[in-house]
Amino acid sequence: MTDREIIALIDTTLVNEFELNIDDMAAEASLKDDLGLDSLDRVDMVIVLEKAFGFKMGEEEAIKAIRKLGDIHAFVINKKQQMQ
Amino acid sequence: MQTRRVVISGMGSISPFGRGVETLIESLFDMKSAVVNVPALNDFGGLRTRVAALVPEIDPREIPRKHRRSMSPMSVFATLACQEALGQSSPPAEYFTNGRMGIIIGSTVGSPTVTEEFFRGYLTNHSTEGMRATTFFQIMNHSCASNVAQTLGINGRILAPSSACSTSCQAIGYGFEMIAFGKQDVMLCGGADEFHPLSPAIFDIMSAASVAYNDAPHRTPRPFDSNRDGVVCSEGSGIVVLESLDSAKRRGAPILAEIAGYATRSDTSNIADPNSDSMDACIRQALEDAGISADRIDYVNAHATGTIQGDTAEAAALNRVFGGNVPVSSLKGHLGHTMAACGALETIASIAMMNKGAIVPTLNLETIDPLCANIRHVREVERLSVGILVKNNFALGGVNSSIVIRRYEHD
Repeated sequence: MTDREIIALIDTTLVNEFELNIDDMAAEASLKDDLGLDSLDRVDMVIVLEKAFGFKMGEEEAIKAIRKLGDIHAFVINKKQQMQ
Repeated sequence: MQTRRVVISGMGSISPFGRGVETLIESLFDMKSAVVNVPALNDFGGLRTRVAALVPEIDPREIPRKHRRSMSPMSVFATLACQEALGQSSPPAEYFTNGRMGIIIGSTVGSPTVTEEFFRGYLTNHSTEGMRATTFFQIMNHSCASNVAQTLGINGRILAPSSACSTSCQAIGYGFEMIAFGKQDVMLCGGADEFHPLSPAIFDIMSAASVAYNDAPHRTPRPFDSNRDGVVCSEGSGIVVLESLDSAKRRGAPILAEIAGYATRSDTSNIADPNSDSMDACIRQALEDAGISADRIDYVNAHATGTIQGDTAEAAALNRVFGGNVPVSSLKGHLGHTMAACGALETIASIAMMNKGAIVPTLNLETIDPLCANIRHVREVERLSVGILVKNNFALGGVNSSIVIRRYEHD
């Protein structure tokens, strides 16, 4: 999976789950302020991404520091690379 | 003790006939049955009934995702019914946030659909992995009340009674008392339930579900009829806006009827079997609360679900309280048993009948059971001036409830 494909899968997964507009899925978008995702949504975000990528992320410390969509992109890309 | 008069200033319905009070009332007067054969019930071993009355598909996306994410179907039903009721009542914006407008909406249980999903994962994997954060908010017993409050931004009292068939009758009764005693000015009151195979299964296990009309669903349930064979489960939500008369008059709200009295009592004779003495006592206490004698009642909307025990016990109680001349009908033949919603949906229909000056008869009542022949059954749509009516609901678990409703005479 290329980085571009990973980013596309993350974005479409979140768009479908949280009924977001694909045009708003910019790397610098704040999960809370721009995409409107609160603490409950962040829990469910991890669950749908775990399902989409087939690996666990909920226990990772790095998840707690995520604030922007680009942070998720980087986290998943990094995680995929570690697994290879 | 000085209490305040309480009126109804709005009504909302999601019923097996579809959205809206108008749809509900038209369908009842057209003598339609919402009961259908549900092939999916074939998939459950041991379950003999195949009939139910289901709410036509509703697209819930008109409710913002932020609020919808914590809703199962019953909360969607309740929210949409509340929106309709508030649309009619039109309380001013400040009522939503001044702590004087509250919510009493109950259900039989938290969402059985979502509970099943939860336990499927829990029992299969012995793990909470993959469980969503929003699941709990759909299976908690006060899910409907909380979701309505959050969605509509109402910050007064919040309560979620859970007494099966008596749920929304109690919701209206407790709302009435809170306003009468000056604790709140406006209350959204009612109930909601969503259909799940467990609902008819519970009645089927007790041999109280209708099983003989699976191929002729429109012919069941049959309240008071010799050939009745039990309950048909359905779903929906009924909501009424209760308001102090002073508030409604001050702001020119529509006044659809007045709540005159209410009683609810525990029947300790048996946890399952209906008891006419207990029903009798509950109805009399509601009349006493209203300060209205039995001979002034023009119509009784019965609970009558189409079970032999329930119908005969209620008929005996009605005969003792009112004699044999007061018109009585049940709406279960049209709607099935909407469970926690039935008290409110049937109250809404009864108020509509009062205001139309016509009574909806009991659907599927063809041959009156001799044990139920001691009351005056409404057999066809009757023109009738109803000044005061009684609405009954009697629940498994020994929870009886009765409301006395009076036509409001405008100044």
